[in-house]
Amino acid sequence: MSAAPLLRVEGLKKHFPFGKGILFARILGHIKAVDDVSFEIEAGKTLGLVGESGCGKTTTSRMILNLEEPTEGRILLDDEPIHDLQGAALRAYRAKVQAVFQDPWSSLNPRMKVGRIIAESLIVNGWGDAAKVAARVRELLLQVGLRPEQAEQYPHEFSGGQRQRVALAAALASRPRLIVLDEPVSALDVSIRAQMMNLLKDIQAQDNVAYLLVAHDLATVRHMADHTVVMYLGKVVEKAPTAALFADVRHPYTKALFSAVLVASPVGQQEEIELRGEVPSPLNPPSGCRFHTRCPYVMPRCSQQEPALREVSPGHTVACHLFDATSP
Amino acid sequence: MSDTPSGDTVLEVRDLHTHFFLRRGVVKAVDGVSFSLKRGEVLGLVGESGCGKSLTALSLMRLLPKGGARTIKGEVLLGGENLLERTPAEMRAIRGRRLSMVLQDPQTSLNPVFTVGDQLREAIERRRKGASLAEIMKEAVAALRRVEIAAPEQRIGQYPHQMSGGMKQRVVGAIAISGEPEVLIADEPTTALDVTIQLQYLKLLKRLQAENGMAILFITHDFGVVGRMCDRVAVMYAGRIVECGPVKQIFEAPSHPYTRALIASVPKMTGTVGRLTTIEGQPPSLMDLPKGCRFASRCGLVEQRCLDAYPATVQVGEAHTADCWKVSPS
Amino acid sequence: MAIAERPPPSAERRSLWRVLLWPSRNTRPRRTARVPWVPIAIISVIIIMAIFAPVLAPHSPIDQTLRDKLLPPVWMEGGSTRYLLGTDAFGRDILSRLIYGARVSLLVALLALTAGGGIGLTVGIVSGYLGGAVDAVLMRLVDAAFTFPAILFALLLAVTMGQGLGTLVIAISLLLWAPFARVIRGEVLALRQRDFVALAKVRGCSAARIMLTHILPNVLNTFMVLVTLNIGVVIIAEATLSFLGAGVPPPTPTWGLMISEGRGRIADAWWVALIPGIAITLLVLSVNLFGDWLRDRLDPRLRQL
Repeated sequence: MSAAPLLRVEGLKKHFPFGKGILFARILGHIKAVDDVSFEIEAGKTLGLVGESGCGKTTTSRMILNLEEPTEGRILLDDEPIHDLQGAALRAYRAKVQAVFQDPWSSLNPRMKVGRIIAESLIVNGWGDAAKVAARVRELLLQVGLRPEQAEQYPHEFSGGQRQRVALAAALASRPRLIVLDEPVSALDVSIRAQMMNLLKDIQAQDNVAYLLVAHDLATVRHMADHTVVMYLGKVVEKAPTAALFADVRHPYTKALFSAVLVASPVGQQEEIELRGEVPSPLNPPSGCRFHTRCPYVMPRCSQQEPALREVSPGHTVACHLFDATSP
Repeated sequence: MSDTPSGDTVLEVRDLHTHFFLRRGVVKAVDGVSFSLKRGEVLGLVGESGCGKSLTALSLMRLLPKGGARTIKGEVLLGGENLLERTPAEMRAIRGRRLSMVLQDPQTSLNPVFTVGDQLREAIERRRKGASLAEIMKEAVAALRRVEIAAPEQRIGQYPHQMSGGMKQRVVGAIAISGEPEVLIADEPTTALDVTIQLQYLKLLKRLQAENGMAILFITHDFGVVGRMCDRVAVMYAGRIVECGPVKQIFEAPSHPYTRALIASVPKMTGTVGRLTTIEGQPPSLMDLPKGCRFASRCGLVEQRCLDAYPATVQVGEAHTADCWKVSPS
Repeated sequence: MAIAERPPPSAERRSLWRVLLWPSRNTRPRRTARVPWVPIAIISVIIIMAIFAPVLAPHSPIDQTLRDKLLPPVWMEGGSTRYLLGTDAFGRDILSRLIYGARVSLLVALLALTAGGGIGLTVGIVSGYLGGAVDAVLMRLVDAAFTFPAILFALLLAVTMGQGLGTLVIAISLLLWAPFARVIRGEVLALRQRDFVALAKVRGCSAARIMLTHILPNVLNTFMVLVTLNIGVVIIAEATLSFLGAGVPPPTPTWGLMISEGRGRIADAWWVALIPGIAITLLVLSVNLFGDWLRDRLDPRLRQL
């Protein structure tokens, strides 16, 4: 890692108050949706953010998109903190960081023509006159594999896969440096998924755009991401270059995730860790290591002391007491 | 499964046609589907959205959606009797007892205003008329214990919203198997669940099946789930089964070009990371199906005869069939 | 082929008057009701009556011809072809008053729905999208409006501002905006959860822009349905207020006023009150049927309205 990262997330926390009552709500506690998360994204690279529902991956991505204020911590784009941006500076940030969401049926305004949807960020940023915008929309439609004349159609005339291409074109319009991809293929059919993943990779190669890929499917992450961050109950449990992680999984939770992946083959699964029980409530997370209630390798200290992220090999960090001794 | 299923067929579907009759035209959603299911066997029905796999299941249950769907042709033989000839009252007696179903979304499968115990009791009462409440509740607790719900005595008084998605899906499972059905239809039961919870659920289903020997028709779009769960797979495309065979053969030597392309397009956990194989184009409109092979427009091996006529079903191996002009019989 | 052919499930329960109004010819399964031609025809006739009143009315609606007073309609004993629907206590032609009266009814409906509906639409969108304190304040206002005695207020207005069209429109608008605001806000709350709204923010849209270009077009269907379903409410309100003397002052004919003037003679000259009553019923029934159909066409989720 030579150059400075494009985006840096430092000690990010998001605690949602949880209360009762209608008029004068009493705050009973906080849901620690994201609790001290740090990572970096390099320009033109993909970071995969993996975990099960409720692990905080989507909340993290919403904070990066400036849709949610962090409770604590900072997010820096090109070393500039993003959360006190106002007016023109905020618009400039929005042009640089874009998003594609999971559900292609919810992410396009049904009352807007596709061309207008794609042009949205150009229009709000006063990017150019109508002819210039129309030319850019045409270019974008071609780039995502659609036909220019489809700009005149409404979203309901498109299939799920085509809609996701439109959503991608709209995200690309302002030439962003980072696109948050929140489960971009999981709502698509198997044969369409591969098309979308290839397209995303092609566009990254052409435009040198960085991706934050939020996903639950490890195989997708393996094909897309350069680095992978694994989250559990608001915490980062393991972080590594994707190839290194897939070659050598360390954290027991990550191991369990890998065991749960169902391979499209009938030949037996590898060593299996079946997790007992369910993810505990983030309202009242377990003490110490948050995974200790389900961990097959649990030790007495796991319930008392929270493990810190330690480097187990270059670039590969794990938050688990099992690796305390082996670390330098 | 170690031993292959014994020879007795519990469910046989022959040439099933279920169409939607709309003002705009006829949507041939299920258009000539045939398969059979043996005792203790899991058959996977795989396909992409809109291929007709869920409607096939609903046709077997005789629970077609409102709005013009009708089964116009075919036979559904459960233990030799044709379900399509049963009266609605007879069907009600069959559903839940001999033929049961688990749906994708556990949120909507349970009634939010009744406790879990009430909903189980309803299922058990129908089967055991005249049993005392204490007996029924005891059985309900036992049913929850069978699906490995911890502290079933407490859970039985809870409402669905007090449970997690995985737990709710177990309750749905408990209700579905409480009548000891011969055939369980599972329509994407794990799609809404997290991966670790999905694995738990699939293992549970396998264990339950080993206990009572029911046959499972497992509907899914996920080949990973097929590999974990099924003995045989039927691949559906545009209203028809295009390939059917033992899981091992389908994965290792798929015959139909569609199956081959579909398996190749799934990102893998091992091997080199490269470009994924894709299937270009879209499936044909079910309202305007081509007269030839339905995959022809997207197939790399297409020839004139593929466009002219629908291929006959070819026996490519033992219990392995494919609808394709380009495959040769074994 | 082993399936007993059962009748298709299209024999949906249809209420008697619907069957009478447009008897069903086909029994094919269908999603939405057929176009309600009879109600559309009735509404069109009334609109044409209102627009071309001076051309269509055989007599002046105001001039009194006392020697012709209380003539029954033409088909009754003593009726005259000069006065097809008879005359009232001042010898004014009921048909002509009915034709001119349609003007007031429709004008009030148009103005009150524009004003009241517009306020409700704006409040609903702002309240639903911004949420928080703005929402809390606006929704308490809506609650207050629901408890507001609109008729009493209209009478008060009539006393202070004087009777007239303006008073009528203000009073009815105050009655209308709150239910509009509540329904639209509910719709906006659901829309706000949709990804395209979050994405609009990510693209750099301001709150005002999101409300105008993303929220408003998506609630317009609901708004149109609410408007048609409320035409009946407005017409009845206008009639009620005119009946109570808080509406347009006599001698300008309005349907409510006509009923009011005829009520004392209901025993011997029933037609004076009954004919405008029938007109109101027909118009309200027609717009409601049309509204039902429009709702089913545009937005089936609104069935509960």
